[in-house]
Amino acid sequence: MRIDCKHVWQYISAYIDGDVDAALRADIDKHLETCEICSAVLDSTRNVVILVADDRVFELPAGFSERLHSRIDRELESAESP
Amino acid sequence: MKDANPEFEAECIRRILGGEKDLFHELIRPCERGIYFLLLSLLKNETEAEDAAQETVIKVYLNLKNFRGDSQFRTWVLSIARNEGLGRLRRQTNRREDSLEAETDDQNGDFTPAILTSWREIPTEALEKKELAAIVRAGIESLPEIYRNIIFLRDIEEMDIRETAVALGISEGAVKVRLHRARAMLQRRLAPQLKGFAPKRKGWFGGRA
Repeated sequence: MRIDCKHVWQYISAYIDGDVDAALRADIDKHLETCEICSAVLDSTRNVVILVADDRVFELPAGFSERLHSRIDRELESAESP
Repeated sequence: MKDANPEFEAECIRRILGGEKDLFHELIRPCERGIYFLLLSLLKNETEAEDAAQETVIKVYLNLKNFRGDSQFRTWVLSIARNEGLGRLRRQTNRREDSLEAETDDQNGDFTPAILTSWREIPTEALEKKELAAIVRAGIESLPEIYRNIIFLRDIEEMDIRETAVALGISEGAVKVRLHRARAMLQRRLAPQLKGFAPKRKGWFGGRA
């Protein structure tokens, strides 16, 4: 089946997650072979997903973990076992 | 999902309940980031999010015997964090939880992608540049709340569709719809800005056609 660009965009996210059936994947792959725009949209979306997942994008505030674990220590000392 | 290890968690919980309380530090460590950033995405204030994160962790400890193992431990922990965050928002604003969840999946908003005729891959090493990380962060923070939360759980914490649905109390279908729109909005906002971080000479990605 021939599909158009808008149809491909609708499934970009599911395609990246491997959540499209084999027939649709084949249609999208076929479209991507000849459509530079959709290839760039797919690659840029995938790249955005990879960048977002990087731990360096969201860093915990300095000292967060130390403060949290001191608080846990205080709680463990004072509270009974859960 | 990052660092999830059900056997380690089950063993840890059994021993903590048996009296080895200090093991709680190890049990909760892999969840710290998730708890904090979920709360930050809800509360939008670092001090408040840190305070709520500490309260969440104490509640997790005190309620540990109630964890049934029918969801993943991290999902259970994040649902406690979410309740803590929503409770604080209600107290802050007297808004009902319904209204916090009322942003609907309607078709408002532009979900068409930014059109690029070529695209160079941005190497993740570029994140060493604080500027790039700040652009990505700002892009996520500018999303409407329902889309920010979905990106946070699915793409930052890397929870699967089912666990994301449980954590947010929505259907798997709604997770997929929101995720698609959230990623489309992010691509639209970020791709044009990110192009400037692509390496100059190699790594052409758009030219594979």
